[in-house]
Amino acid sequence: MKICVTSEGKSLQDNVDPRFGRCSYFLIVNPETGAYESLPNPHRDSTGGAGIQSAQYVYSQGVEAVLTGNIGPNAMMTFSEAGVTVYTGVSGTVAQAIEKFVSGSLTASESATVNQKFGAGN
Amino acid sequence: MIISVASGKGGTGKTTVAVNLALALGNAQYLDCDVEEPNGHLFLKPVITERKTATLLIPEIDESKCTYCGTCGDVCAYSAIAVLKPRNGGKGGIMSFPHLCHGCGACAYFCPNGAITEIDKPIGIIEHGASGDINFVHGKLNVGEIMVPPIISQVKEHIKPDVPVIIDAPPGTSCPVIEAIKGSDYCIMVTEPTPFGLNDLQLAVKVIRQMGIPFGVVMNKEGIGDDKTDEFCRNEGISMLMKIPFSHDIAVSYSKGEPIISSLPEYKHAFLSLYDEIRSVLA
Repeated sequence: MKICVTSEGKSLQDNVDPRFGRCSYFLIVNPETGAYESLPNPHRDSTGGAGIQSAQYVYSQGVEAVLTGNIGPNAMMTFSEAGVTVYTGVSGTVAQAIEKFVSGSLTASESATVNQKFGAGN
Repeated sequence: MIISVASGKGGTGKTTVAVNLALALGNAQYLDCDVEEPNGHLFLKPVITERKTATLLIPEIDESKCTYCGTCGDVCAYSAIAVLKPRNGGKGGIMSFPHLCHGCGACAYFCPNGAITEIDKPIGIIEHGASGDINFVHGKLNVGEIMVPPIISQVKEHIKPDVPVIIDAPPGTSCPVIEAIKGSDYCIMVTEPTPFGLNDLQLAVKVIRQMGIPFGVVMNKEGIGDDKTDEFCRNEGISMLMKIPFSHDIAVSYSKGEPIISSLPEYKHAFLSLYDEIRSVLA
């Protein structure tokens, strides 16, 4: 299984990026083995629709779950349609987030936590 | 002749100039293209005789014909369609986000399977009527809608260039302004002599020069602020067409919804001279 954690940097020691659509990096992690890949977010500076584009991009990496701080309505709808589970309110380092996911202490999010354009301009 | 009235900064007096110019001419057409907050009707008090829904074409997807190839999503410049290609033997997904759609039709045009048709989405209303001899048209965008240019172009479909056409444009320098003023023979830029007015006038001048439309400036609320706007226009060779003083009497008439030339008839001559000057520039 693969999961995606939004990250402020390339490594597991970096902090979880609190924004989904305009986060700096997507870390695609295999939580069983700890193997991971860092992907710079190609839609970070998109003029609009960053959440939708990022959601399609993350989905195309084959992930089954997403761990992030906040997510907007368009990205959330896209993940719901795709059957990808979204966990919001995640903070600390990426490594800590993965531990929480593995231990089952995260609760899946049913709806967006912020409005559109929340992450723009930061 | 089509004359648009634009400004850069909001609240400088576009509607004041547009309405009074139309009234001074008498036999003219007035189009309020400030569709997010039209207010020309407050002064012209038109009798509305025709109402029409303004629409935007948005995609309707027949998922039974969709192969999730992703072409529609790739050609959409605004991420208004998301395509989820099938994975792990599952079925794919496709969804549209109508509030992001600009109505360009690329998705329907490029879909190789004919899975997308364009349908009308109501975004506002166009009202058409008359105020005396003035042929009146305005658009009102529905609350919550963000796609402004399509309704402006639908207002402009009513243009009848056999009489002078006055277009009341929205403020700013972005797409709605460009949609409103394109095709004009002349553009009046209304400004006020303040640092804010000047800053936004300078931005608007860049836009209008790029569009190649002849233009001049009307200074409203003359007497407040400073002389930097005069200086800018002089240095740039921009003609100062008219100055309207910062006057208590004008403010009172405005607050009652009365056009200047109704409460202060001596201004009729000034607005007619404004029109004559524009005509002589274009001759």
